[in-house]
Amino acid sequence: MRLLEHQGKRLLAGFGLNLNAGTVAASADAAREAAAEIGGPVVVKAQVPFGGRGKAGAVKVANDPGAAWTAAAELLGTTLRGHRIAAVSVEPRVSIRREFYVGAAWDCAAKLPVAILAAAGGIEVESSRNVARRSFDPRGPLPASAGAEMVDGLGIDARVAAELGRVLEKVTRALVECDAITVEINPLAETTDGILIGLDARVEIDDDAAARQQVRLAPLGAISQGSLGRPATPLEAEAARIDALDHRGVAGRVVEFGGDLALLIGGGGASLTVFDAIQRHGGNPANYCEVGGNPTEEKVAALTALLLGKPGVRKLAVIMNVVNNTRADVMARGVLLGLDRAGRTAAGTIAVFRIPGSWEDEARAIMAAAGIRALGREVSLDEAARLAVTHAA
Amino acid sequence: MLLDPKAGILVQGITGREASAMVEDSLAYGSPIVAGVTPGKGGREVHGVPVYDTVAEAVRRHGPTVSIISVPAPAVPAAALEAFAGGIKLCLIMTERVPRLDTSRLLVAAREAGCTVIGPNTLGLIRPGVAKLGTIGGRVDNVRRSFMPGRTAVLSRSGGMTTEIASFLTSRGVGQSIAVGVGGDPVIGANFTDLIGMLEDDPGTDAVVIYGEPGGGAEEQLAERLARKPSRLRINAFLSGRFVDDLEGVRFGHAAVIVEGGRGSVRGKADALRSVGVHVADAFDDILEGLGAPGMTTPAR
Repeated sequence: MRLLEHQGKRLLAGFGLNLNAGTVAASADAAREAAAEIGGPVVVKAQVPFGGRGKAGAVKVANDPGAAWTAAAELLGTTLRGHRIAAVSVEPRVSIRREFYVGAAWDCAAKLPVAILAAAGGIEVESSRNVARRSFDPRGPLPASAGAEMVDGLGIDARVAAELGRVLEKVTRALVECDAITVEINPLAETTDGILIGLDARVEIDDDAAARQQVRLAPLGAISQGSLGRPATPLEAEAARIDALDHRGVAGRVVEFGGDLALLIGGGGASLTVFDAIQRHGGNPANYCEVGGNPTEEKVAALTALLLGKPGVRKLAVIMNVVNNTRADVMARGVLLGLDRAGRTAAGTIAVFRIPGSWEDEARAIMAAAGIRALGREVSLDEAARLAVTHAA
Repeated sequence: MLLDPKAGILVQGITGREASAMVEDSLAYGSPIVAGVTPGKGGREVHGVPVYDTVAEAVRRHGPTVSIISVPAPAVPAAALEAFAGGIKLCLIMTERVPRLDTSRLLVAAREAGCTVIGPNTLGLIRPGVAKLGTIGGRVDNVRRSFMPGRTAVLSRSGGMTTEIASFLTSRGVGQSIAVGVGGDPVIGANFTDLIGMLEDDPGTDAVVIYGEPGGGAEEQLAERLARKPSRLRINAFLSGRFVDDLEGVRFGHAAVIVEGGRGSVRGKADALRSVGVHVADAFDDILEGLGAPGMTTPAR
């Protein structure tokens, strides 16, 4: 779950971090009022769940309330990379002496969280050589003293080192206490008055920890869903709803594509393998999807009917790896039920059916009764994909 | 070598629906499951396996050194710590959706206890003809059809692809010394690099087939290790999800880029592995190319 800037700032403020808090405005009038209340120059920032807003023109400086109204009016209701801008944050403009980058994330190879400090903030941080990283014990925050040591070699003076150490301790505490995947304050500005203040914040929470983080997340309001660089399409949202109907197994995780061949594919790794192979053999997938973990017949039927209901879809390829805990017979029954609901015949719709593995003999009999010859493991994933493309043509 | 054939196996969460089916299939395959644990259900039996309230009691009575954890995600940290305290040396965590923080913390504890962790989010591992841990292979008739003993190891980030690859190898006459679903999460116990290190000490393994996916840096980390220290093992890899490289970038801040340093793309992984002599198959059917395993025949296209 990726928090919007204002949500991330609210969350991090609870850890004693000094952040340039904004007023969230959903209308140009509200933005003008916010600017008037702040007094002086403000920054009007679109609230969207991704970075690079400055480059995209979604952060605007306004010197007076009238200019804030104009900036908000220009941003609100427009679409940035598929996301409709529903709100802006109006924040006091800060006079910056210099910028830092402070963050915490995960080093998956080392299996540990890692604190990050850079002597340059903004978008240059990735290319900067002056970046320090330090992994820390997942049970704790990184102690401020250890954080302060990270300035060595970064050309940062001792005066702010101790203060940066304290910021790092708070940021790393936020990472572990909030089950965050990323906590990032960028830039952390030193004002001309010598105060450290975070101007922007990015926080991503581990989806697997959503339940136990509800107490912290609920007060932040609606959290945008979806890990793609765009909001879910209606079909993708419906697939997610079907998947959530029953906790048993996965029959969802759909990504929509523009082709005419619907794919019911799984498990996770085989889905990737088959999708690659379909494209390599010249096929046009209508969707990517993942099925696995022994989903119920009902979930499989609902997903099958959904995929076949997409306009322009002509054929369906059902391909899974040699299944382990997923039952091939349950899959077969679900697919046939879904075809029925979509008003399609098996013979006229199924390009290939290949689910070898546990309960495959039963599945083969079920498909044979519907007039479909199920393919076995002697037909590889690659070959099954090629046959699907051939039969869909 | 992972999974000593004589080691007794404990199942934590044995009375669950999935665990119970897994126990039945595993016993039929010959896995020495000696005890189970479900707090509050001590005294029962699951397919003839006695159930205890605590790991300590099960260990005192039966002395298992391997444990399979199949408990709900919120119960995983406590179950794992109980296993480590009970002297378990190999712990397989099947549970999905374990928060990353919990995994990282329990791995710190595992290191201190000298326990090897496989998973979370794994279907398990198998030494064909010896024993299996977890639901890998599913029903016993499918396990026997998919796996056969041999000298090639399979290491896979996908549980399903572990069996798919093994089944493909078996159909081409290439047996397996071990097949491991390493777990589908970004943070896992033993990763490719750790497991290659263990397999290098195994006289029963000559070659390894690795299955990788987009994201994370496990493949790149292995390539760095092989650049530093070449392996006696012949290593082939198959990477899926090439289309993911072409999806629109999903940038959210800079931390991931700083930490992973451009890792994660399938193209980048393939290049990194190729640069250190790993054969990377472009198509699944080419996965055996040049493997040189004994008894291997080049697959017909």
